[in-house]
Amino acid sequence: MDIFLQQIINGLVIGSIYALIALGYTMVYGIMQLINFAHGEVVMIGAMVTITCINFLLGHHFNLSGPALLLVGLLMAIPVSMVLGYTIEKVAYRPLRRAPRLAPLITAIGVSIVLQQLAMLIWGRNYRPFPAILPTEVYSIGGASITQVQVAIVVLTLLLMAGMYFLIEKTKMGRAMRATAQNPEVAKLMGVNVNHIISMTFVIGSALGAMAGVMVAANYDQAHAYMGFMIGLKAFTAAVLGGIGNLGGAVLGGLLLGVIESLGAGYLGDLTGGVLGSNYKDILAFVVLILVLVFRPSGLMGERVAERA
Amino acid sequence: MTSTINSAEFRANNLKTTLVLGVIAVVLAILPWALGHFFESGNSWLRAVDFALLYIMLALGLNIVVGYAGLLDLGYIAFYAVGAYTFALLNSPHLQAVIPEWLFQPNFFVMMLIAAFVAGVFGVLLGSPTLKLRGDYLAIVTLGFGEIIRIFMNNLDRPINITNGPQGINNIPAVQFAGYDLGRPIEFLGVSFEKIHLYYYLILAMCFFIIFVSMRLQRSRIGRAWVAIREDEIAANAMGINTRNVKLLAFAMGASFGGVAGALFASFQGFVSPESFTLMESIMVLAMVVLGGMGNIPGVILGAVIVSITPEILRDVINPLQQALVGRKVVDPENLRMLIFGLAMIVIMLVRPAGLWPSKQRRAELAPKTKTISQQENDSLQDAERNHD
Repeated sequence: MDIFLQQIINGLVIGSIYALIALGYTMVYGIMQLINFAHGEVVMIGAMVTITCINFLLGHHFNLSGPALLLVGLLMAIPVSMVLGYTIEKVAYRPLRRAPRLAPLITAIGVSIVLQQLAMLIWGRNYRPFPAILPTEVYSIGGASITQVQVAIVVLTLLLMAGMYFLIEKTKMGRAMRATAQNPEVAKLMGVNVNHIISMTFVIGSALGAMAGVMVAANYDQAHAYMGFMIGLKAFTAAVLGGIGNLGGAVLGGLLLGVIESLGAGYLGDLTGGVLGSNYKDILAFVVLILVLVFRPSGLMGERVAERA
Repeated sequence: MTSTINSAEFRANNLKTTLVLGVIAVVLAILPWALGHFFESGNSWLRAVDFALLYIMLALGLNIVVGYAGLLDLGYIAFYAVGAYTFALLNSPHLQAVIPEWLFQPNFFVMMLIAAFVAGVFGVLLGSPTLKLRGDYLAIVTLGFGEIIRIFMNNLDRPINITNGPQGINNIPAVQFAGYDLGRPIEFLGVSFEKIHLYYYLILAMCFFIIFVSMRLQRSRIGRAWVAIREDEIAANAMGINTRNVKLLAFAMGASFGGVAGALFASFQGFVSPESFTLMESIMVLAMVVLGGMGNIPGVILGAVIVSITPEILRDVINPLQQALVGRKVVDPENLRMLIFGLAMIVIMLVRPAGLWPSKQRRAELAPKTKTISQQENDSLQDAERNHD
């Protein structure tokens, strides 16, 4: 039983990170119907900049506590990611807004390749360890253990999600975003600066992505120039699972995917008598995705889209 | 009168086409020798050309699914993998030990057909649960499917060894037909043809076959049904097209092209392993289709050639250039090469959003820009004023 609880906890931790990244995908998709393939790379850059920044501070003997170092690193990484998100939209997507639908998908892939290779040039091809600055205290809940870092991750993502909910539902900018998502042309007529709103969506999504990147790096104690690809893929799967374009769906999908993966890694071997090992856990995520979409073609919380506008 | 002019024109056009095709045929026929003559590393270039031909087949197969039927497939490489593994398994000694020789004599073309068929079955397997899905939901499911196939290939060495896991299947024998073994040099008219040359001609021939089938399909009833579904599924249904079957056929057809390419790949390479079939490969094939011009066969071929050859050219150009400009190795040429490749993808798409060589129909569709809201507003204001007067 405690193994079960442990897997659930691990799943929720990684799932909340997926959810945070999925928010970035789903916000962009909701407004522009575009899969922002480069989002995973923004996540990776966020993690890399933070690690570099912390290492720089450590190397120059700034006497700061661990969390303070992390905060400074984040304060560097978040603006970098924001600028990156803004630039990506401006350069690669905005000129193609009226182009055939697959054109921006290809530029997104191009941006993704460019960012990956740039990261390789800057940070090399090896794994970067996350500096051991964070407290390593472990709490125990009913036989399962959870580290302080993991608690911090879950609490922080919950706060960020609450913040996002407030931003989208209660502020003027949020209303403009929702209007743009429904119909950009009409939103424009109502005085919404659609270009600005789209830019802001990318900027906010990238900021969330940068924080998620740092969480991934802290959780696994390492970062790598290619990490963005896989984590981005998972998060995108989560967004689709929940119903892409729907913020609540992204959170639900992320948590669900994390838990499924984690349980799969823990139990797949036992359940199948050793025939399928934990190396099939990635399959499990996709099988669940396919099953969900067969029965609910627009995701768990996605609205039923009209056949054709 | 007009008919004679037309037929003269037609004859002139026909002559021109024949000439162009003739020149292309001659160039392709002597390409291996030209490469060997002009480049020191002619054989590695020929290898790149062989792969470009395989990619043309893949791109044409994906073009059926994405270009004609408008179904976004991000896991297309799975069918290439299925074809390659089927071919490899058919050639493996333990299968030939199980099946008596009188029942099954390994004949290259039969095995390729089986590979194409199995890939086609997988195409239907992917297609049937996803018929209801649209656009990006379909994209992510196909992506998942591609990953599932790859992960299975990576792990099916236990409990029964089928795919030999991450090591893959080795020692796939070279093609043998009509008493010839393509793995050994063959003397013909006093010229010795090496394996890489022989495979070049084999792959080229298959490539032409695939191009031919693609062209015939495009104009066929089925091809038109695919385009109808792409444009408007409900309308297509109303016109009496069985959208379910036609969509499944698109998946099966595209997949079987991939299967043929996979079989050729397995036999050319001599081994298959899961790492040849990553998601990145799927994405690259999609990039070929979209960069070249979706739905247009010459465009797709152009896209496949550019996307597969450019990195090879960059590989040869970058390091000497870096040496000449700076005098030493500043950055890793491998990264720089992919970086430039990524930038090129972005620039091409920005300059030509419909692809390098879009079909006439698509160009026409994109040409009349839809009016912006403000233009429409102006129009209706002017209308109102006119009515008022």
